[in-house]
Amino acid sequence: MSFDGEIAVLAVPFVAAALLAVLPGYRLTARLNVLASLITFGSAVSLLIKARPEPGNYLLIDDVNVVFIVLNTFVGFTTSVFSASYIDHELRIGRLTPTYLRFYHAMYQVLMFGMNLALVSNNIGLMWVAIELSTLTTVLMVGIYRTSEAIEAAWKYFILGSVGIALALFGTILVYKAAQPVIGEGLDGMVWTVLMAHAAGFDPATLNVAFIFLLLGYGTKVGLVPLHAWLPDAHAEGPTPISAVLSGLLLNVALFAVLRFKLLLAANPDAITPGPLMVSMGLTSLIFASFMLYRRRDIKRLFAYSSIEHMGIITFAFGMGGPLANFAGLLHMTMHSLTKSAIFYAVGHITQIKGSQKMGDIRGLTESHPVLGWGLVLGVFAIAGAPPLGIFMSEFLVVSSTFARQPLLAVALVAGLIIGFGALLMQLGGLAFGPPSKGTGPSEASYVPLFAHLALVCTAGFYLPPALVAWFQHVARLLG
Amino acid sequence: MHGLVFDIAHLLAGSLLLVSFMLLYQERLSALLKVFALHAVVLSLSVAWQAHIHDAPHLYLTALIAFFFKGIFIPMALARIVKRLGIYREIEHVVGIGPTMLAGVGLTSLAMVLMIHITSESDMLAREDLGFALSIVLLGLLMMVARRNAVSQVIGFMSLENGTVLAATGAKGMPMVVEISVAFSILIAFIVVGIFLFRIRERFDTVDVAALDQFRGDQR
Repeated sequence: MSFDGEIAVLAVPFVAAALLAVLPGYRLTARLNVLASLITFGSAVSLLIKARPEPGNYLLIDDVNVVFIVLNTFVGFTTSVFSASYIDHELRIGRLTPTYLRFYHAMYQVLMFGMNLALVSNNIGLMWVAIELSTLTTVLMVGIYRTSEAIEAAWKYFILGSVGIALALFGTILVYKAAQPVIGEGLDGMVWTVLMAHAAGFDPATLNVAFIFLLLGYGTKVGLVPLHAWLPDAHAEGPTPISAVLSGLLLNVALFAVLRFKLLLAANPDAITPGPLMVSMGLTSLIFASFMLYRRRDIKRLFAYSSIEHMGIITFAFGMGGPLANFAGLLHMTMHSLTKSAIFYAVGHITQIKGSQKMGDIRGLTESHPVLGWGLVLGVFAIAGAPPLGIFMSEFLVVSSTFARQPLLAVALVAGLIIGFGALLMQLGGLAFGPPSKGTGPSEASYVPLFAHLALVCTAGFYLPPALVAWFQHVARLLG
Repeated sequence: MHGLVFDIAHLLAGSLLLVSFMLLYQERLSALLKVFALHAVVLSLSVAWQAHIHDAPHLYLTALIAFFFKGIFIPMALARIVKRLGIYREIEHVVGIGPTMLAGVGLTSLAMVLMIHITSESDMLAREDLGFALSIVLLGLLMMVARRNAVSQVIGFMSLENGTVLAATGAKGMPMVVEISVAFSILIAFIVVGIFLFRIRERFDTVDVAALDQFRGDQR
């Protein structure tokens, strides 16, 4: 049988999860985790090159989801490299036992499996199952330290996530109901490509209500305000590699689900336009999160709120729609994933050195740990949107495309961006400069993933490969 | 649709909504568990009836899962937890029973008005099933909001899931994948919740989730 990338992005994490659950020895398993993630990434890249298989009833590779899969597996791979050096320290200080570590590695691969499955599924029922699976695995990972805070965070995430998932299921059922008069009964009524082909004839009123449920359900997982309450806690209390994966990947996957259904509504002439709903939720998230950045005391919470802010911007861009705004949204999503995971890599090592997540305990990093400190400075500058880095580029595109169409919205958008920018720089001042706080031991960090991401983000600010631009433009047109 | 066939389906779905209301005014956890078992049994009857009238044998499996798993196994397991923790009579209300019931009535009418308007083209039974299902989902949400105790929140969540099962079976010919996934998710959800309940007990000597609130990272 020839090599099949579509199957490989699912099979590799699945097999790896089974192996990692039974194999002892953390050096071996950490390496195996990295290797499995690398193979998955390689398979994802092969999807770009090879001819697409015909869409089946369950799986689909198209131009839209390939972008998400490649990004997903790439960050999954770099995070596994970071995770290997992170857990080394956690084992030594006894926060994780070897048993929990096995569980952790297995769950990491199950999570990758769930996210990839959600991205390649051609079936709205299967997509729902996959997102549910990734929710449950992250709940377990968030609670893995078993401190009171971790349990509270996991409980809150579990309850809010489940309610969101249940609402999304209700929306999925309503989509099936809306499609039934046209497509008829049976499996076809849940197959994405079939739904898209017949969307024009669906019952518009049912479809409208379905989208509201789907937006609320999957929007909970995107972390849109006011459904975001789980997000800062889950980011702050779980292991830092999980914070990186949550911010960099899982939020994107949930957003991808929303985008799929947005396309479905756009294909029906009588349904509501989903854009304004997404624009308003995105803008609310941006402004709310920007204000919340000022009063944070915990470094991981700070960057969790920054994730809410950026998911708001991305949702806003996709809500505006049109080739330019969609292009900006895609670019911003990519840049945010790379930058935010890089920041969490730095933060992970910093909190290990300082033994605390409180920002009061973390001072003067550039003096005590120049490499990590300046890495963090660069990352925060990038995430705040300082020119000329990658995020500045994509934010500029979002703002300029909005100015051309809705100047008033653009004013609100710019205000939100500036408020967030100020907050991040203010917080950074204390973290990076001044006299160093206690905890000045050497760090045994692996800098490769951190600086690889930052290098990509910096390069993107100056130069985007024409092939990538053409590719994103193509996808942006498909997204309507 | 045949008169009697329709009436029975209607009766069962309506009873499920009624039991959802009964969940709202329980004062004791042990009674709440019994009412939840009743909720699951009524659901399984309703699903079995749908399987019969739509001639969809795979729905019988869903009905069986609802009956044995949610109607018998989960209430028994939760009853053990309640017994072990000695919390028979503690249902902490955030909102009193009267206002909760009024809010429930409001949510139900909202759901009915919405569903009867939007699904005007499909048949009567499917439409009313969706209306009932949405009401049950909303009542489940209300219960999760209005009760502080972890066990009653879990029961609120499971009654919410029962509502989505009712909706899924009411949608004629809905593929099997969803039924399996629903059952599966409840299984996993329960395991997770079970673990959490024990962990909460280990750390706090109570399952009142309000006790968790003091550990908010930012207010330290």
